[in-house]
Amino acid sequence: MRVKLTVNGTQHALDVEPRTTLLDCLRDNLDLKGAHAGCEHGVCGACTVLFDGVAVRSCLMFAPQAEGTPITTIEGVTPGPGELSPVQDAFCETHGMQCGYCTPAMILVAHALLADNPNPTREDIVEAISGNLCRCTGYAQIVEAIALAAERMRGTNRPSERRK
Amino acid sequence: MSAGHHRFVSTDRRVREDRRFVAGKGRFVADIDLPNVKHVALVTCPHAAARIKNVDKRAASKMPGVHYVLEGAELAAATLPLMTGLDTPHVPRRPLAFEVARYSGEWVAAVVADTRAQAEDAAEEIVVDYEPLPFVLDAEQALEKGSVLVHEAHGSNVLLDKTFVWGDVEKDFAASPRRLSLRVKWGRSSTVPIETFGVIVTWDPWREMLDVYASIQMPRFADQIGAALKIPNTSVRVHYDVDVGGSYGVKRGIKHTVLCGYLSRRLGFPVRLIEDRLENMRGGDAHGPERLFDVEVAFDDSGIVRSMKMRALENLGAYAGRSPFQLGKPVTAIVGPYKIKSVQYRAIAVVTNKTTQDAVRGFGQGPTNLALERCMDEIANALGLDPLEVRRRNLIRHEEFPYLIPSGTTYDSGDYHTVIDKVLADTNYESLKAERDRLRGEGKLAGIGIAACLEPSGGNATFEALLNPKITTSTFMDSCRINVDGAGAITATMHTTSSGQGHETLVGTVIGEVLQIDPDSVRVARPDSLNSLPSGTPVGSRMAIMLGGAAFHAAEKLKAKLTAIGAHDLGIPIERAVYEHGSIHDRQSPSSKRSWDELVHIAHRNYHRMPQGFEPGLAVEHVYQVPTGGTLPTPDGRVHMYPCFAFEFHLLLLSIDPDLGRPEILRYRLGHDCGTQINPKIVRGMTIGGIAHGIGAALYEEFSYNDEGQLIAQSFMDYLLPSSHEVPPVEIIDHETPSPHTVFGQKGSGESGYLGAPAAVANAVNDAIRPLGISVNALPIRVSALGDLIAKAQAKGR
Repeated sequence: MRVKLTVNGTQHALDVEPRTTLLDCLRDNLDLKGAHAGCEHGVCGACTVLFDGVAVRSCLMFAPQAEGTPITTIEGVTPGPGELSPVQDAFCETHGMQCGYCTPAMILVAHALLADNPNPTREDIVEAISGNLCRCTGYAQIVEAIALAAERMRGTNRPSERRK
Repeated sequence: MSAGHHRFVSTDRRVREDRRFVAGKGRFVADIDLPNVKHVALVTCPHAAARIKNVDKRAASKMPGVHYVLEGAELAAATLPLMTGLDTPHVPRRPLAFEVARYSGEWVAAVVADTRAQAEDAAEEIVVDYEPLPFVLDAEQALEKGSVLVHEAHGSNVLLDKTFVWGDVEKDFAASPRRLSLRVKWGRSSTVPIETFGVIVTWDPWREMLDVYASIQMPRFADQIGAALKIPNTSVRVHYDVDVGGSYGVKRGIKHTVLCGYLSRRLGFPVRLIEDRLENMRGGDAHGPERLFDVEVAFDDSGIVRSMKMRALENLGAYAGRSPFQLGKPVTAIVGPYKIKSVQYRAIAVVTNKTTQDAVRGFGQGPTNLALERCMDEIANALGLDPLEVRRRNLIRHEEFPYLIPSGTTYDSGDYHTVIDKVLADTNYESLKAERDRLRGEGKLAGIGIAACLEPSGGNATFEALLNPKITTSTFMDSCRINVDGAGAITATMHTTSSGQGHETLVGTVIGEVLQIDPDSVRVARPDSLNSLPSGTPVGSRMAIMLGGAAFHAAEKLKAKLTAIGAHDLGIPIERAVYEHGSIHDRQSPSSKRSWDELVHIAHRNYHRMPQGFEPGLAVEHVYQVPTGGTLPTPDGRVHMYPCFAFEFHLLLLSIDPDLGRPEILRYRLGHDCGTQINPKIVRGMTIGGIAHGIGAALYEEFSYNDEGQLIAQSFMDYLLPSSHEVPPVEIIDHETPSPHTVFGQKGSGESGYLGAPAAVANAVNDAIRPLGISVNALPIRVSALGDLIAKAQAKGR
């Protein structure tokens, strides 16, 4: 079937099977490989994308269900080739990852959190990432990365990244 | 090189791999698109054991997009069984079951189709006629005479039963006034990376080349593929520039790879198998140890342990690759950090009708540490002593290193008492006990957990020869090649995949340190297996030691060559030439020098200016043998294994809701000594990650089976990985006792945290419930079981 998706600000018209998940569609049809399949039953969160700014699991949604709603993937928050967003840079600063498999999803969750809450407590951060599993880090350096990103973004006094 | 004088080593530098991962630009196996690739889905056995009478593939073969359905008989006829560690020829392991399937979830047939969805649809249409067979799930039952046999031709379920006696155990037992015995169980869990295993294989008949892209962490992977497919190793090309999404030991999909290799050769197009989570947990052969310990310790009235008898019974599951060796590695630290004079160790491994195991973080050391540390607490309890004091009395003292343990390994270095003192300086032990008692006063159950453990590191795996005398391997190596090109740019190569350990950063840092140049200027590349030097892969907490050692020595060779070229061109004796930041100058006349660019120019363009007999160019390589390695076991079963031993001291406070049985970790402190840390960010991450993994093994994670032999933890809804809510903040107190055997004094840290956290958590739970007169010695300690146990004890108390 024909599906129209708006991903990272660009409209795409695609032919997909109705049963195609949004995750498979992003990866296979649009070559956006930053969303990862971890469990494909909605627990691990490695497939997270932003759906109108809200972190959702792209493995639990069919591509046709995403019509009409702007989708942001990790590729969409990366400012440009070789350039990092403040959140991405903070993850590098604290080494908030090891294997990198859950990382794009963690960063998208962080973007969503900081858009809503520029001054999160540790508990807020822990709660925000609690739906995303990381097997490498034990989460400490991820929590530190998000706290650091929040601090730096507050310092730059830039407007909220929240999608209006 | 002594510790403390480094420019880059041990400094707080970023990890170069991180940039690609934060942008979603890692190159994981599922991200690799090969033209015309076809997809594999699997048909699995629904019974714990069954004879395969017929596979009806007619309907499936006619389904849209389907290219082929492969049965076990065809595969078995065309390939050799997979490599095993023990000498057990009648326990063959194959990618697809042949005649008999031996666990629920075992692969019976494979479907190849244009898309994964089509392959799954067709797999559902395959009708297999099974004759269910009797089965055995429990290791002790499998051990009994008359048990159902998992492999009839083997004649029993026992693959390994060896007893070692190191020292005069009976005499030490007789001389000890006190004894204590304990049964401890380590539940069947694993590392369960967030990326499942995946592989893409393509065969080129004109070049006779099998290209393999895989999410792999496995020694001798290419050799094993070649052997099973009966093609030369030179026809197998494993691509190491694939990012692996977590492994911690288990990413060893040899059966997946041989299956896909056969299919690609048979069908003439690329074939891809990316496990889904169910395949990963059930038929992916990636379970970890399930081990029952019976331990007896002999000690005196002051708590000094003189001798230990340990029996370890491992439930391997249906087949064995290297997994039985996980009973062998702990021999290298069988007494932990303690001065136990003699040990009797009986290691038994049996097959059962459960999923096959593979290597898990620590390779058996975590379970052994649990058994030891539970004993230390129970000794303290029996004597009415503080468990920390009992440990202090038994720990090897700093001045006693190097320390030879009864089983033949010599520990390199350590300062265990100081590490503990540093932790206690940070967290007052008496205040912690007071806090526990205050919680108890509020009606809660609260306990302090302690564990003092070793992390053997460096990966000298002579346990292979110890458990299988037909193996005579004493060589364990890793390699690095450095080339300086004609423009003066440096490329170093490493020869294996990585799964999050930051090896590119390691190599860059070490070479930068030796050559006194910016580590980020060193490109680190990963050639494929045909272009690689030997690597033992990242197992056994070895890469900081082994790849770091190889890179160090390669860089030293390069430095020596640059020095010789510079000295020759300056016309001075080599002793007078000083290497500094890439240039060479005359010690007696510092302005007389040759810059990096000049030295490169001479090496690449001016052969007439080279010292006589030198090779042109600036290419060096080093193959590094494991420090202290090179010996085989003695006839009486003693062997020196790992070169380095890192120490970790866990101290935590835990409370348990007495109504729900729900444990909560309130404080967690770790004293950690892994010698010189090459990259502190990496070490800290691995250590806290290891603790999180250990908390999972202690409280949440288990591949549990029902009485019918069905795996009932088949998804992340049932197999519970700790989330950010379950992992408490962990404070690490570092100490640095350099190893005398390594280039910077570094030890391993890839298994840190995990090797002690389960023991510390189990000890805390037991401290909490001891006032109720109960104990728990089987992991995982589930909330439901703990709640029931507490309720029962409380009812009895009333």
